[in-house]
Amino acid sequence: MSRSDLEGRKVICHDMCLRDGMHAKKEQITTEQMRSFAVSMEAAGVPMIQVAHGAGLGGNSLQHGFALHSNEAYWDAVAPVLNNTVMSVLLIPGLGTMNELRVAHEHGVRSVHVATHSTEADTSPQHIACGRELGMDTSGFLMMAHLNTSQGLAEEAKKMESYGAQTVYVTDSAGYMLPEDVTEYVSALRDTLNDATEIGFHGHNNLGMGIANSIAAIRAGATRIDCSVAGLGAGAGNTPLEAFVAVCDRMGIHTGCDMFKLMDMAEELVFPMMDHIVRIDRSSLTLGYAGVYSTFLLHANRLGEKYGIPARDILIELGRKKMIGGQEDMIEDTALSMLKARQGNSAQ
Amino acid sequence: MAKIKCVLIGSGNIGTDLLYKLKRSEVLEPVWMVGIDEDSEGLARAREMGLKTTADGVDGVLPHLASDGVQIAFDATSAYVHKENSDKMNACGVFMVDLTPAAIGPLCVPPVNLDQLADTMNVNMISCAGQATIPIVYGVSRIQGVEYAEIIASLASKSIGAGTRANLDEFTYTTSNAVCEVGGAKKGKALCVINPAEPPMIMRNTIYCLTEEEPDQERITASLMEMIEAVQRYVPGYKLVNGPVFEGNKVGVFMEVAGLGDYLPTYAGNLDIMTAAACRTAEMYAAKILNGEMQLVVEAS
Repeated sequence: MSRSDLEGRKVICHDMCLRDGMHAKKEQITTEQMRSFAVSMEAAGVPMIQVAHGAGLGGNSLQHGFALHSNEAYWDAVAPVLNNTVMSVLLIPGLGTMNELRVAHEHGVRSVHVATHSTEADTSPQHIACGRELGMDTSGFLMMAHLNTSQGLAEEAKKMESYGAQTVYVTDSAGYMLPEDVTEYVSALRDTLNDATEIGFHGHNNLGMGIANSIAAIRAGATRIDCSVAGLGAGAGNTPLEAFVAVCDRMGIHTGCDMFKLMDMAEELVFPMMDHIVRIDRSSLTLGYAGVYSTFLLHANRLGEKYGIPARDILIELGRKKMIGGQEDMIEDTALSMLKARQGNSAQ
Repeated sequence: MAKIKCVLIGSGNIGTDLLYKLKRSEVLEPVWMVGIDEDSEGLARAREMGLKTTADGVDGVLPHLASDGVQIAFDATSAYVHKENSDKMNACGVFMVDLTPAAIGPLCVPPVNLDQLADTMNVNMISCAGQATIPIVYGVSRIQGVEYAEIIASLASKSIGAGTRANLDEFTYTTSNAVCEVGGAKKGKALCVINPAEPPMIMRNTIYCLTEEEPDQERITASLMEMIEAVQRYVPGYKLVNGPVFEGNKVGVFMEVAGLGDYLPTYAGNLDIMTAAACRTAEMYAAKILNGEMQLVVEAS
């Protein structure tokens, strides 16, 4: 008896806890922690891991926070312990640059997610081409996918493919999508892209849909799934890798990952170092519900406290104003404007 | 009053918006627009407004510069072709105002350094984000040393042309360099975000400065208000939304730039602040040419 309709499928798991997880740690992961994570993931057979500041190349800034170490220091800590596992990085044009990608390559990075907002693929041609010239495994990464239509996203994906992207991702940065949305979006990409182009899915668990969405993506033709051990990532975290691998094992989907080693890692390494338990709480749930960029979570919590406005109210307002990834400065601006409006109202 | 005749190179968003600004100038007169596509909307509009046009690039206008008395050129094409455009114009004794991120000439932000620019045949307008944020960085740095300045520009997707989109790295480098060189920060960083929201969002700019010493809030605030007023003289939609917010040594300023709606609607303040600055800069050089302070020399061929 077959274990599921997906039995025999092969999927590449790409772990995000040393990049998206940096958000959840306010960019304060040490090089020693990075190295021990990498050792565990190599041992567990995780094929790809992303290592960088949460915002990727060029991320160190007042806007996105300063990490404990430079990206170079993190790569140098991780690269020597990797054998089969490939190290990747995130590059958002407008923040990171091609020069930084070349430096990443010198430090052993062999794969890149070139990320744009879901409607702005044409800001990425030079960066995707640069990744290919360096011989890197190059993905286009269409963030906040839910803010485009499925057909619109497929058109943007086609542009990225034409620039040289070997994989294009449907990226649910807000953890807003439901499994039927993922099916529709991934199917639209599958229908539009060349057969040789892979499709990826990057989820956030803000509505508790991380695993269900990832399975829906595979069913619609995705072959790369971004996950994170213990879900360490922005918002309510990414799709938890150990649980995703467990589900894949049950369904007969091949990941090549060792579930028991990953659950040990989650328990023994990742949970103990969390500053807050990454989970669906009222703020992260609000992200998913209102379709807001997951990284805004901790900024909104901090500024909400500073200005005496519930973080949830700020997040809802940011969703209403259609703020997107990279506009973290607008969180304080929005909080200040809300404060003025509220003081104005109470003065009347 | 006599006017200095101008050629616009580039018939995209920036070139077209600039055309409207130049038409209102008391000392500048646009007479030529250069494009590369005979059927482009920009060239058609220029012809309707009484300009001569060519779709043969810069070479198409070179034979006419002397006979039509052109003395100032504006380049709104791309960083890659700017140097060649500039060399050809300069050789014909035409002064170049560069609106690309090429930055081969001195960088200019009018309220900061327009009156200090050395004699040159090429001046660079940095970028829209540079024009919108450097007055603020300078407003802080002229009071207290700024160790680090960071600017974040959020632009409406509809206001960004193909050239800028494909060359975000140049935009980033040119702007962060100018934040230091003109803004006076020791280190600088520029970030750019393109937002597709409908209706389009008005251009927003956030400026963070880290001062070397504890910031003198009163003096910095007064200095910033003065700078904002100076920019408002040529970009009326330049507005402080929030701040300055002081947090330790960090000064945060949240600006908005609404345009005049000449070519694109008012959300595209990024076009206005760039073209208005270029226009103002050219007017200063035009005045120098008119009163004989500046001589334009045609290179012997």
